[in-house]
Amino acid sequence: MPAATAAGGHPADHAAAPLLRLIDIDKSFPGVHALRSVSLDIHAGEVHVILGQNGAGKSTLIKTLYGAHAADKGHIEVEGRRVAVARPADASALGIAVIFQEFSLVPYLDIAQNIYLGREAAFARFGLIDSAAMHAAARTILDDLGLDYDTHAYAADLGVAQQQMVEIAKALSQNARVLVMDEPTAAISEREAERLFATIARLTQKNVAIVYISHRMKEVQMLGDRITILRDGAVVTSVLRDEMSQTEMVGAMIGRPSGSQLARTPRAPGDPILFARGISTAKLSDISIEIRAGEVVGLAGLVGSGRTEVVRALFGADPITGGEIALSGSRAPTTLDARVRAGMALLPEDRKREGLALPLDIRDNATVASLWRRFTSGWFSPAAAERDTRGLIAQLGIAAHGTHQTVRTLSGGNQQKVVLAKWLAAGSRLFLLDEPTRGVDVGAKAEIYRLIDQLVDGGAGVVVISSELPELVQLCDRAYVMRDHRIVGHLDDDALTERAILELVVHQ
Amino acid sequence: MTIPATLDTRSPSLSPDALALLGRLILIVLIAGALTAVDPGFASVSNLLNMLRQASLLFLVASGLTLVIIGGGLDLSVGSNLTLSACLAAAAIKTTGNPWYGVAVAVTSGTLIGFTNGLMINRLRLPPFLATFGMLWVAQGAAYWFMAGQTIYGMPMSFRYFGTGFFLGVPLPIWITLVVCVVCSIILHRTTFGREAYFMGANQTAALLSGIAVERRRLLLYVLSGLTAGIAALVYLARLNAAEPGIGEPLLLPAIAAVLVGGTSLFGGSGNIVGTVLGAILLTIIVNGLNLLNVAATWHPFVNGAVVLIAILADFIVSRRRSESG
Repeated sequence: MPAATAAGGHPADHAAAPLLRLIDIDKSFPGVHALRSVSLDIHAGEVHVILGQNGAGKSTLIKTLYGAHAADKGHIEVEGRRVAVARPADASALGIAVIFQEFSLVPYLDIAQNIYLGREAAFARFGLIDSAAMHAAARTILDDLGLDYDTHAYAADLGVAQQQMVEIAKALSQNARVLVMDEPTAAISEREAERLFATIARLTQKNVAIVYISHRMKEVQMLGDRITILRDGAVVTSVLRDEMSQTEMVGAMIGRPSGSQLARTPRAPGDPILFARGISTAKLSDISIEIRAGEVVGLAGLVGSGRTEVVRALFGADPITGGEIALSGSRAPTTLDARVRAGMALLPEDRKREGLALPLDIRDNATVASLWRRFTSGWFSPAAAERDTRGLIAQLGIAAHGTHQTVRTLSGGNQQKVVLAKWLAAGSRLFLLDEPTRGVDVGAKAEIYRLIDQLVDGGAGVVVISSELPELVQLCDRAYVMRDHRIVGHLDDDALTERAILELVVHQ
Repeated sequence: MTIPATLDTRSPSLSPDALALLGRLILIVLIAGALTAVDPGFASVSNLLNMLRQASLLFLVASGLTLVIIGGGLDLSVGSNLTLSACLAAAAIKTTGNPWYGVAVAVTSGTLIGFTNGLMINRLRLPPFLATFGMLWVAQGAAYWFMAGQTIYGMPMSFRYFGTGFFLGVPLPIWITLVVCVVCSIILHRTTFGREAYFMGANQTAALLSGIAVERRRLLLYVLSGLTAGIAALVYLARLNAAEPGIGEPLLLPAIAAVLVGGTSLFGGSGNIVGTVLGAILLTIIVNGLNLLNVAATWHPFVNGAVVLIAILADFIVSRRRSESG
């Protein structure tokens, strides 16, 4: 279809016409239907909050809007005219700017240079950059935002909140009319957040539209003129602020009522395997956790709430600054390799970077954690390792040509099974599973669930981190809920529901 | 899944590693054949043994380096380690008249330098390039200071046997190479330490999170590299019959070249010691051939560089094709 066709958009209906419209946007990735026919109207001068759980499709939506992903179906209209957004540059030209959570400022350029990075030509005079003019222009924009920053300050010397403001200034300098902010308060203090809200108010007065991604109920209530709730890649509802209560919003985020969930088979846990009291690290404070033999314990919370940090601290991968960890009743050894020998296992969130040696074969990967145990003398027998690996491949149903296939060429689910195989071989008794089913297909997912059941039946303790609440509720006997690097709740038995987790997570 | 895991039906002789070695062997035979065609003298037993002896010296410096590189590290200090160890050993032999003191001194100093490298990388968290680059200058400087402008020469015949002697008609350095090669090969393929080294080289973070005591293994790798540099120092000293602070420096780059031409990836996690043997032979045979063809010495580095590049490129293309074909 030719991109330049200007469909619809009759000048007559412009009074209430939205500034930006997404129409029936559909996007799939292998194995995931990320966006299902999403339509969204963004009006000038309003704050439009997009609310949804992890994996609801918020990031994909932003990336599609910004031209980082191409939509499979649907199109985008600006002021009633159909536009093609194939690249971030297209979005910029249309006045759409995104403030991501990770900033893109260059540390050793000053504020003015960062704002006009790549567009210095506008200040060219006799082939040189007129620095004074550039700083003057930057000054005007900062003044507009009510910011008194020195335009000569280096980005490296700015705090997170200040960098965020410079990003906003940069967007405005490009005449942004739609400003998308991805969880802008995630990394800044409450006072800084208030300044941000003031800036947002200023911008909406100037008729800039703000698309505000968040899951903090307080901010949603305070800022949002219109609120769109996404779930499983589809728009559940789009309402004005006063049309819906907070509880209804939480309900819309989780979807099915909590009564409908499948019944768990109650398990009878045995003795404690791990007991952690008051653990603190650089990124955690006062974490206390107990895991017993024969139970699955969940760690719920948003990405960045400290879930991964907890399992890393328990595993010995991050140094702890306070508190104590006991393994099977005695003090846990300090080093990671000693903890592995004491029966701990970690299935990391990023299996390619942290779990596997991709260029090596299945045998090398599946036996690496058990070499100390299998070959106590230090002499390695390829034949024995070969036999063991074949056994593991059969036990876990890994689909592979043989023991010498490089793990790089395996599918996500089979790679995950190799990581699990490594720990099965090591005879681990405490499994820390960080997002064990992320990026694996449905079949492998079911097998991983089955395997977790087997482990627990065999007397192992299992910790599961998952962003998928139904999975967590289904899989776990009980769960700790985390927010802002702390444990804020513990749910078990009938109290462990999606709604209860979500309410603790969004802090009502 | 109900599909049973099929067993590996490929014969082990066709493994990619074996293929890479076979390719290099064929290349060596082809070059040797071509050179024999130009000058039949090339194929004489004495010339071949002479060439292999030269290659042995290069291999000995490169052997420990191969282990370090497979484990994901780098040791730039092997050349100056050889220098310092040779100078110290020469002095020990000269003063005591007993070659075994020299052996003890060279082995100790080589090992200590390797140990220090490992310690710097583990404790000071220095990147291997920087730590061993620093050690390169320190050892070199120590050798200059120790020798104070002198050259020590005239080793006893009993010692020179290591570099110039024959056993069963084969020069001693070739025997030493054979032993070192077999030992390294056993370490890499038949010990848990060797398997862990490959894993560390392929993904250090995953190695750590799999419970490998990465720091201790790394220390041992650098100690082994230092040890082989010390052994190489003894063979050099025995062969040259003299020690001065300039002997080791020109060896570093050829040693790295031998490792790379042998098919070991500079990024770690792949390669093997037999490859380094073939790499050393290939580089030596090429220099020998250039001499035979009366190519001016100024061109030698150029040709060596081209060989290194071609070898790396060939491996790169093969491995990329393999990962694409899945």
